[in-house]
Amino acid sequence: MTDIAFQCTGLQKRYGDVVAVDGLSLSVRRGECFGLLGPNGAGKTTTIEILEGLLTPDAGDVEVLGLRWASHEHELRQRLGIQLQETQLADKLTVEETLRLFRSFYHRGHDVGELLQLVELEGKRKSCVSKLSGGQKQRLSVACALVGAPDLLFLDEPTTGLDPQSRRQLWGILERFRADGGTILLTTHYMDEAEVLCDRVAIVDQGKLIALDTPKALIATLGEPKVITHHGTLEDVFMARTGRRLREE
Amino acid sequence: MNRGGASHPLVELTLARLREIFREPEALFWAFIFPILMSVAMAVAFPSSGSAPVAVGIRQGDGADALRAALAASKAFAPRIVSAADEARALRDGEVDLVLVPGTPPTYRFDPARAESRAARLALDDALKRTAGRADPWTAPEEHISLPGSRYVDWLIPGLVGMGIIATSVWGIAFSIVQARLRKLLKRMVASPMRRSHYLLAQVLARLLFLLPEVGVPLIFGRYVIGMPLRGSLVTLAIVSLVGALSCGGIGLLAASRTKTFEAISGLVNLILLPMWIASGVFFSASRFPPALQPFVQALPLTALVDALRAVILEGASLASRQVATELAILAAWGIVPFVIALKIFRWR
Repeated sequence: MTDIAFQCTGLQKRYGDVVAVDGLSLSVRRGECFGLLGPNGAGKTTTIEILEGLLTPDAGDVEVLGLRWASHEHELRQRLGIQLQETQLADKLTVEETLRLFRSFYHRGHDVGELLQLVELEGKRKSCVSKLSGGQKQRLSVACALVGAPDLLFLDEPTTGLDPQSRRQLWGILERFRADGGTILLTTHYMDEAEVLCDRVAIVDQGKLIALDTPKALIATLGEPKVITHHGTLEDVFMARTGRRLREE
Repeated sequence: MNRGGASHPLVELTLARLREIFREPEALFWAFIFPILMSVAMAVAFPSSGSAPVAVGIRQGDGADALRAALAASKAFAPRIVSAADEARALRDGEVDLVLVPGTPPTYRFDPARAESRAARLALDDALKRTAGRADPWTAPEEHISLPGSRYVDWLIPGLVGMGIIATSVWGIAFSIVQARLRKLLKRMVASPMRRSHYLLAQVLARLLFLLPEVGVPLIFGRYVIGMPLRGSLVTLAIVSLVGALSCGGIGLLAASRTKTFEAISGLVNLILLPMWIASGVFFSASRFPPALQPFVQALPLTALVDALRAVILEGASLASRQVATELAILAAWGIVPFVIALKIFRWR
């Protein structure tokens, strides 16, 4: 059993003239929480979907849990938990029915009741998905990813659009998953989220890796803060390296 | 295998689809209420006995009232006075089959392309000449019989049942898949270890449950309210309906295999279904099309389904009969070929 949860080397993906991912290489250890940071259009989603086996790269090599998508897709799907950015679960099904449906696809995993407890949705067990708040929907979506007790969890912008309380609730769930030895890859454009959750972060821009280290080490590269009242953040790291802000608001 | 309280994925997927349908009031209307309304409408439009009198319009003018009174005395006619201005409209709308212009001799105005009008002309001509004192060389005795199964309505009901089966199959499956694709739910499903064939099969299985009301309600109405004969066995009928629904499920899958918007799928499904409403002999016999077109018309899935249903219901044909076997083979081909193509080209995201 190797110590590597997944790795990719020289990933390339282009859509027509647009290069979405341009020679990206990453290696993530088991038990790590790894963040993929960057502005919209940086190639985060394309990268994570290649790792999830949903897209095929034009060039480069991917290995997940020591296996390759081409030869071990079914086995990999049994061992991965995946949450996609834009999925809308079926409105007319209840929380419990949705989880039971996803649970039926896995050979092993959590009981539905256990999972409802884990994501704090016991009170919503019989509620239709359409009646859930944004934060509840997102926790259900993460629960669907956790249902097979995965070794590795892929999350694509799990807290985008959530209020601060819902975000912290979701962070708690992810921290519990890690405490049980799980590995996480998440994409985000929230710097504070990466600083709180991730052991290491890769900052990507225009499909290229521009920095990779622990959040602390990256912030340290900024040197002394120029403005006394302002502590260095990953946002500043991105600014220092690209001359642009992460989120143009 | 430990599924943590869940059943087999095919069962869960089918249940999920059924729940979605049953929690959608519109879907229930089409599956359960619509067949009842349609049957009631047919029962009203086609009373089970008696023949309707010939609707004759008499142009206003000298002698019109006398003619009307003379014709009204016979039960075979339903005469009414029409003004010259209103005449064309009354004929066009089918309110009257023929307009009689009083005179010596009178004039018959009608469109010879309409079968009802030609029949009205014969009946009226005969009645008027006999009243005028025509001496017939002999009068043939008439034996009035009513053969169940030979009326238009008896022939129409199996056609409507076939049309319902194919419409629900294609619409239901195509829409549900396009919706899941739009919501990125399909993509999420294939990111899980779900087997793709299970998903597609569940769509078809869930659809089959609606066969019972869809086929049953019009047939019960047809049999007990309208007096349509039901000569074949119910088992044969169930098998033909099942094969028809499965077959058209494949077409629904194919239509939805790459479609990304509701607009596109509506257009596509209409393009598939509407020509068949006309060509497949639901409302008038498909044999009216010229011989050159017959191979195409006969190869349509709805033609095969409607012909098989009529053979079983009206003629009591069994599965072993050559006609039913041929139609089922055509339906099976329509089920398998599109299903295989759909699996190959299906876009899961």
